[in-house]
Amino acid sequence: MDRAILHSDMNCFYASVEMLHHPEFGNRPLAVGGDPEARHGIVLTANYPAKKRGVKTGMALWQARQACPEVIFVPPRMGLYLRVSRLAHEIYADYTDLQEPFGIDESWLDVSQSVTTLGDPLSIAKDISRRIKKELGITVSIGISWNKIFAKFGSDYKKPDAITEITRDNYKTILWNAPASDLLYVGSATARKLDLLGIRTIGDVATTSPDLLTSKLGKMGLVLWAFANGLDETPVSAEGSAVPMKSIGNSTTTPRDLETPEDVCMVFYLLSESVASRLRDNHFVGKNVGISVRDNGLYSFTRQRNIPLPTNISEEIACQAMDLFNNNYTWEHPIRSLGVRVSDLMPDEYCYQLDLFTDPFRRDKQLKMDMTVDRLRGRFGHDSVLRGRMYFDRVLAGLDAKADDHMNHPHSYFERGNRVFGEEV
Amino acid sequence: MAIRIGYKVYVDVFAVFTAEGELRPKYLIWEDGTKYEIDRIKKRERCASLRAGGIGILYICMVRGREIRLFYEENYRWFLEAKEA
Repeated sequence: MDRAILHSDMNCFYASVEMLHHPEFGNRPLAVGGDPEARHGIVLTANYPAKKRGVKTGMALWQARQACPEVIFVPPRMGLYLRVSRLAHEIYADYTDLQEPFGIDESWLDVSQSVTTLGDPLSIAKDISRRIKKELGITVSIGISWNKIFAKFGSDYKKPDAITEITRDNYKTILWNAPASDLLYVGSATARKLDLLGIRTIGDVATTSPDLLTSKLGKMGLVLWAFANGLDETPVSAEGSAVPMKSIGNSTTTPRDLETPEDVCMVFYLLSESVASRLRDNHFVGKNVGISVRDNGLYSFTRQRNIPLPTNISEEIACQAMDLFNNNYTWEHPIRSLGVRVSDLMPDEYCYQLDLFTDPFRRDKQLKMDMTVDRLRGRFGHDSVLRGRMYFDRVLAGLDAKADDHMNHPHSYFERGNRVFGEEV
Repeated sequence: MAIRIGYKVYVDVFAVFTAEGELRPKYLIWEDGTKYEIDRIKKRERCASLRAGGIGILYICMVRGREIRLFYEENYRWFLEAKEA
């Protein structure tokens, strides 16, 4: 029997939550993002009236203002959004224990086992939609299908506040006529490659020989072919097993073995900068710093410690890492690879107890400096601004620790293995 | 003291945690200082307030023969929906 999978997507999530909490704005264009007072930052989410006027996610605030002069900016309140997200998960949990969040505002639900007691998938979807509207004051789009990929497509198909069923009877008319880029994991680069092959729609992907796709796209070719044909069998993981990010870390095998504490320090700074930057990108601070060390004799160990103040400052993370290292390594061998990790995460807007011996203004300055470096690097590349110590060895410092191939994406569709034809690919 | 934000009026609420672990509002103090006894809780459910702008647990209560909608925001604050901003 086919599975019954729902994909629920809260529409314009941050903006919808803010609209609910600002009834005085009514239906005026609204965008969540940045700090409107400081006149910088980007749009995280815009509501429908703002989107209609051309405000897009990722725009700088001034661009958004240009597109729609009367747009209202509100600063993001992550804590509030997390609370609403948690309440939504509690509602989903009334229908199934198989729910898997995909980011803060989307979830897959496998209700195959619930249909006998709770009614068919469509009525479950209607009930979820009604309850989210009543209890949380926002709307959802829900896609229903027999696999996760089509369910996700369904939730994107009609917005806002809609339910789309993708069945074995209608998927060829609904899905196959849609552009290939509407398929999960067809980004702009893949779409370009497909376009060169004359593959424009999802139907084109489905009807192209998998061998051709594999020869052009590697194993993703086969995966996309299976996605387009509704052959994806990836399970919805059980509730609670897909924890939100627990830690952010980065490790690297260095271009040459590290011989001195200075070498190690340099790499720790590099890694800490990337970890701190990703903490800031994801609005986290962490209270635990850990390192991993492997020498060229392949002996390896990890050490971690709690730190007094939660941090996302690269200087603090690097100093803690270096201290942990100095306390635990005796230089039997040169070092081959190093890692830095920050865990025990909490949202960066949380209040915390200051202490008498740390200068909060100095920390604030360090944070601002880090953020400035982020912006410079975002615009002019990683090498546009480097710490002085990086000039001791440009080859070693040339590692761009934040580059994508070092990145552990917080939620990947393939996290738990993707199944096509019952096999992991 | 009550705090008014648009249609949202945060009020002082006196409530008990019962031995069964329930939270029950007993009386509230309105903006003008009047104390209103809650005679009966008719219904308790999760609900969003579109008028005041917020989400929480809605207590539909009888006060002096009239029905009121009292929201517990789960951050230790209670609010009522004002008729006018």
